[in-house]
Amino acid sequence: MELPSRLRWTLRVLAWIGLAFLYVPLLLVLLNAFNKSRTFGFPPTGLTLEWWRAAWHSEGARSALGTSVRAAIGATAIALVLGTMAAFAVQRYHFFGRSTISLLVILPIALPGIVTGIALNAAFRTVLDPLGIGFGLTTVIIGHATFCIVLVFNNVQARLRRMSGSLEEASADLGATGWQTFRMVTLPNLRSALFAGALLAFGLSFDEIVVTTFTSSPDVQTLPIWIFGNLFRPNQAPVVNVVAAVLIIAAVLPVWLALRLAGEDAASSRI
Amino acid sequence: MGYQVAADQGVALDAPVGRAASDPRGKISAFLAPKRKTRLALLLGAPMLWLVVAYLGSLGVLFASAFWTTDSFTGAVVHSYSLDNLREVYTQPLYRTVAVRTISVALLVTVLDALIAFPMAFYMSKVARPGIRQLLVVAVLTPLWASYLVKAYAWRSLLAPHGPLSWVAGGYTPGYGLAATVITLTYLWLPYMVIPIYAGFERVPRSLLEASADLGASPYRTIRSVILPMVFPAIAAGSIFTFSLTLGDYIAVGIVGGKTQMLANVIYGQLVTANNQPLAAALATIPLIAIVLYLLLMRRTGALENV
Amino acid sequence: MRVTLGRVGTALAATAVAAVVVACSSSSKSSSGGQAASGQKPPSVPMASSVGAGEGALNIIAWAGYAESGQNDPKVDWVHPFEQQTGCKVNVKIGNTSDEMVQLMRTGQYDGVSASGDATLRLIYAGDVAPVNTDLVPNYKTISAFLKNGKWNSVDGQMYGIPHGWGANLLMWNPSSVTGTQDSWAAVFDKSDQYKGKVTAYDSPIYIADAALYLMATQPNLGIKDPYSLTSAQLDAAVALLEKQKANIGEYWADYTKEVQAFESGTSVIGTTWQVIANTINGGAKTKVKTVLPKEGSTGWSDTWMISSKAKHPNCMYKWMDYIVSPSVNAQVAEYFGEAPAQTLACQHTSDKTFCQTYHALDQAYSNQLHYWTTPQKQCVNGGGSDCTDYAQWVTKWQQIKG
Repeated sequence: MELPSRLRWTLRVLAWIGLAFLYVPLLLVLLNAFNKSRTFGFPPTGLTLEWWRAAWHSEGARSALGTSVRAAIGATAIALVLGTMAAFAVQRYHFFGRSTISLLVILPIALPGIVTGIALNAAFRTVLDPLGIGFGLTTVIIGHATFCIVLVFNNVQARLRRMSGSLEEASADLGATGWQTFRMVTLPNLRSALFAGALLAFGLSFDEIVVTTFTSSPDVQTLPIWIFGNLFRPNQAPVVNVVAAVLIIAAVLPVWLALRLAGEDAASSRI
Repeated sequence: MGYQVAADQGVALDAPVGRAASDPRGKISAFLAPKRKTRLALLLGAPMLWLVVAYLGSLGVLFASAFWTTDSFTGAVVHSYSLDNLREVYTQPLYRTVAVRTISVALLVTVLDALIAFPMAFYMSKVARPGIRQLLVVAVLTPLWASYLVKAYAWRSLLAPHGPLSWVAGGYTPGYGLAATVITLTYLWLPYMVIPIYAGFERVPRSLLEASADLGASPYRTIRSVILPMVFPAIAAGSIFTFSLTLGDYIAVGIVGGKTQMLANVIYGQLVTANNQPLAAALATIPLIAIVLYLLLMRRTGALENV
Repeated sequence: MRVTLGRVGTALAATAVAAVVVACSSSSKSSSGGQAASGQKPPSVPMASSVGAGEGALNIIAWAGYAESGQNDPKVDWVHPFEQQTGCKVNVKIGNTSDEMVQLMRTGQYDGVSASGDATLRLIYAGDVAPVNTDLVPNYKTISAFLKNGKWNSVDGQMYGIPHGWGANLLMWNPSSVTGTQDSWAAVFDKSDQYKGKVTAYDSPIYIADAALYLMATQPNLGIKDPYSLTSAQLDAAVALLEKQKANIGEYWADYTKEVQAFESGTSVIGTTWQVIANTINGGAKTKVKTVLPKEGSTGWSDTWMISSKAKHPNCMYKWMDYIVSPSVNAQVAEYFGEAPAQTLACQHTSDKTFCQTYHALDQAYSNQLHYWTTPQKQCVNGGGSDCTDYAQWVTKWQQIKG
């Protein structure tokens, strides 16, 4: 027996209203990417492709995009390793302070970005500067990885909770070494969780601005920093809209693909 | 033979199980196998080094600097212990007003997001056809990829004096202020609330809903007594994000908030405008305490397992 | 279990030790930090004796419009010619307020800054900038004499920067929403009710001086002689005025492009501005604005290029300082921004031949009338005593005003 049809109908309407709420501003962004008026007068007086041409030639946007991608890849990689390690430790072992770990891991993302930013900035200045490691892409990646760990941690931990240890025990019983068991038994089962965590971590790092502002250097501009600097500029604001429009369109495919590849499980991925 | 058994279990192997005794990888695995604590230490070592020493350490130094002061002319930090900053932060009416305003906005945004996300997640999980379900999840995740700044700016355009909203609503627009801030923040964090609640709904078996209906409960009774208790930890999990992200926001406020000041604006102002890092650190204790309290509260509801 | 307890305990102990070590060795650029007026000397920072080959890069903090590279208007670009001449690739960070610039300079990641008078002394006395060897800047010789060895850019006859230009903060309004000729700051203070919700003001504590300046003209009984030297009572009066103004404010602006956007979209119709903002708006299609220097006088700024004491590219910075005050370039900057150039020879290179007259570029008497941004200190100007309010108090008051 299904849920009563009036309930279903109400839910359907509310859900679509919610989705409309989510997408109206994005549609406006898309519209303004073509808006002839650089001050986004509404309704638009005309449509034009000149902003797209300007964006294509914008060196600032392109280099910022490249920097963001590199930072996100670096942060995701570190988060994958550290998050998985921590998830294994918490899920497969019992030790003192175990329940505090989940609190600790979520702290970088729960604390306001400005607090994390100032703290990391001061720390980098006192610890890394004397070692000769200046501010730059490295410090940005370190900052991002810190709050991306939780995304991988949560997903892997949730999956490990559902995976009983019996497959791994069987593998060990059959003579596989620990590493082989991990590589051939555990990892394939974890794959979709790792994928979901990596996707979220990449997205978060890609869009992060506050911590990045405090951990970056003048010549390392990630995309959000570039956008922030150009948001209100009369001649650049439309270009920013173009960049955003491209990002939205470009993101749909990987997200959909990721969900297809990972199957039903990843649809319940954890933030 | 072991190869055969493993294959029966569905574990695909491309090489016989077991390694030559001289293989170094095999030796390390063999060495570590019985030493549970060493394995634990190795697993926990790197992440803990990162989080506890590096991150907590830098936080510790930051909050330690709340006890320092600054030279009044140059603004350079002076390492002399003093409680002045903390006293100022917790007694000045300005900071109290701003803190109360910020926490209220954070709670309001959380409630609004929960109200919008709940029916969406319910629909996506229990009503939508399986084929549509994946598309809906993609649809909810995609806005996360549009830049946060651009989305905030889109709301600035939407609420502009002669913008789309005033065009549709006959000239009315709330303008830039507290209302606009609440709307924009609710919008920005909505996906962070939908996803955990959706995951929570996935764990509610349909059979339970059917049983409840069979026992004569109205839909709203079912929601109240069956669904809500089961999904509540997930709602709590989502609320952690909406609450903490709102508490720390100063950029979206600057874009749509008009002359509104939130806590993070004040912290940023003390840090950059006043070059007064100790006072900024003292101010930062407010969101720190708020968030730690909130996390501890949510932990009791089981939210941290649902995040 | 015990092993891990020990592990966690050791980790915590290590953190505590690390925190203490870090805390003790933490940065404190100059814990001496003297007061300018008490006669203390700024920290001794070495001065360059020669300019070698360029290092290939340059990171500077500049006011909006000072280092244009064609991004805002393809025809407005003096950065790329500099890069071609010297091989120094320029990264410009726009500073929105003097406070931001001081804070950015303190990070040590920038080679130089175009500092206004309310930033210069703070930078000098904190040791963030180095004295400038003016012999290494050939174009310095022909800079207006009244900008050299000023109270704000030199100590004991030693110059700490190269003057760039100066100008006033102006009143700007949109004639289609604000009717009539404007000539008084009253439009944004006492008479601002008629523009309720559409008034804008500069988002920095230094704006309190603008309120004080208005009170100098309208409430002389308060005894304010200088808008930056305010006793507690005078400061409170200015704060009261600003709190009344806040009711009519729609937005404050720090980012100049935000004010441009606000006027173009109709969010703001009247407020304080810089000439470059008006020029940018009028260069667009839709909105036109007007500006005026009100009859009560105005606050202003006199900007100086300074070199960081930690500059990683000092040669490029010296080349930039010489380039930006060279006659034709200084003329370009001054015309684009709308300010008086520091370089006297620039007047021959402006495209508008009456430019220097309009901006009183060579008029020392006129320049002396403007109340340039200065860091408020306890020591009052004009021998008023040492009970004036300092900048830290202004900052707290400003945050109070904004609520």
